[in-house]
Amino acid sequence: MHCQICKKNEATIHLTEISDGLRTETHLCERCAQKQGIAVKSQLPINELLSSLLAVQPADDELFGSSEKELSCPHCGFTLDQFTKEPVLGCPQDYDIFEKSLLPLIRKAHNGKTTHCGKIPSKAPADTKKQIELLNLRQQLDAAVQNEDYELAAKLRDKINQSEK
Amino acid sequence: MKLTDISSDINEWFNGQGPLADTVISSRIRLARNLAGHKFLSRCSTAEKSDILKMLKDVLMSLELGDKIFYISIDKAPTLNKHFLVERHLISRHHAFGKGPRGVVIAKREFFTAMINEEDHLRIQVLKGGLRLSQCAEQINRIDDMIEKKVDYAFSPRFGYLTACPTNLGTGIRVSVMLHLPALKIAGQIEKFLNAARDMDLAVRGLFGEGTEAAGDFYQLSNQVTLGISETDIISQFENTIIPEIVEYENAARSQLLANQIDVLDDKISRAMALLKNAHLISSQEALFLLSHLRLGINMHEHMGASTPAIERLCTSIAAGGDKDTDNPDALSITTINRLFMLTLPAHLQLNYGKPLDPTHRDVLRAKIIRSALNG
Repeated sequence: MHCQICKKNEATIHLTEISDGLRTETHLCERCAQKQGIAVKSQLPINELLSSLLAVQPADDELFGSSEKELSCPHCGFTLDQFTKEPVLGCPQDYDIFEKSLLPLIRKAHNGKTTHCGKIPSKAPADTKKQIELLNLRQQLDAAVQNEDYELAAKLRDKINQSEK
Repeated sequence: MKLTDISSDINEWFNGQGPLADTVISSRIRLARNLAGHKFLSRCSTAEKSDILKMLKDVLMSLELGDKIFYISIDKAPTLNKHFLVERHLISRHHAFGKGPRGVVIAKREFFTAMINEEDHLRIQVLKGGLRLSQCAEQINRIDDMIEKKVDYAFSPRFGYLTACPTNLGTGIRVSVMLHLPALKIAGQIEKFLNAARDMDLAVRGLFGEGTEAAGDFYQLSNQVTLGISETDIISQFENTIIPEIVEYENAARSQLLANQIDVLDDKISRAMALLKNAHLISSQEALFLLSHLRLGINMHEHMGASTPAIERLCTSIAAGGDKDTDNPDALSITTINRLFMLTLPAHLQLNYGKPLDPTHRDVLRAKIIRSALNG
């Protein structure tokens, strides 16, 4: 079925409107639907997501008084500019070096999360394991406070205090 | 081992076995890992990539998996073999047609594969038929531990396993379930399913064919969030909530067809039968589309006791077809259709024929194989 507006593209969005008992159906392609202001939740390609996130970075740069945009990784030569062209990093250290710029993207890609929770390599030193446990507890504490579950928050705070000793 | 040793049959995960196998084709878990002290692949020279490849290949080939394992060099493989490995879900399209020294280690029974130098240094996956994510998880975790004893993975306390693309960060896990949803498609409810999946931050792709199109009503559902949620939680969401719910919707749509739309159902099955039994030229897309309706008919017969005129004719036809197994005639019917799905894919056809064929000759050969399976 073709889009009712452009009559060219395949209609992929089908709207049924019932008003005063009258039912009308509209069939549109994604582009015309967007023009009409009908929101379409689609999976944004990662590089588009990146470009849009990196585009809003200057304000942050001014805030922190440094610009990761100019930076080049001493280990692999990676720059953020290259990242907008191909959405892969150059080496594991880039996560530290470009952390400020990457965090909004990581948050967006992972449903607001920015801290690992899950498997830890068995070779990881004991203090790394402890560090991860603490990070997870803090994340749970933030969530508990946000949900106004103060009883749970108090328990988590005690646990954190105990772990930090 | 040669690829022709496996190309003449379907693999274990597509053999119609396992929990909920009439709807859930297979379960797959993939882990993305990188080596500490090395750059990610986009910044590696060819020599560095070769070093990583050699090191990981040696580690993987020494694993005790309880099955024969073999290695295929992808950069040196003929194009047809690469297409075959993609059709078989043993490597990704990205790996097949990427650049530089790269390879894959495969267990002969195809439950395990490890891509070396894909987007990350190492991507290991375990595949099983039906809904068996917990078993996949248990097995892949064990294999990951075995590998980790011999190499150092790039890992940070804050971000977990470090991956080339931040979208795989954290656990590096991709849980995928392959579903066959023909009744939801016929009922016009597939868009609802797709939107619900997107709302839950899940990715939906087609199982066969290029890009996102879902040829043959096969859909692949996978998680996108890999950071800040544990492997166990992701797997449990899929296994205990998301997938059983979708299966329930598909089953409800099947019951609905049987209760209120027998003519629609029988029309789909009869048209598919008529075309598949008589066509002399058939494209891969058309074959997938039509075989999907036969698969629906047989599964409704086997799992719901459906017995409409078209389903009866379909079952009689297949029972009279090429493959015979008197011990288990029911399993035979679905196996026949599953075999046709996989063995008529373009690279399977050509590899089994022994040489590359142009599209028209492929369509002739495909039609011939299907006619012989359905007409006896």
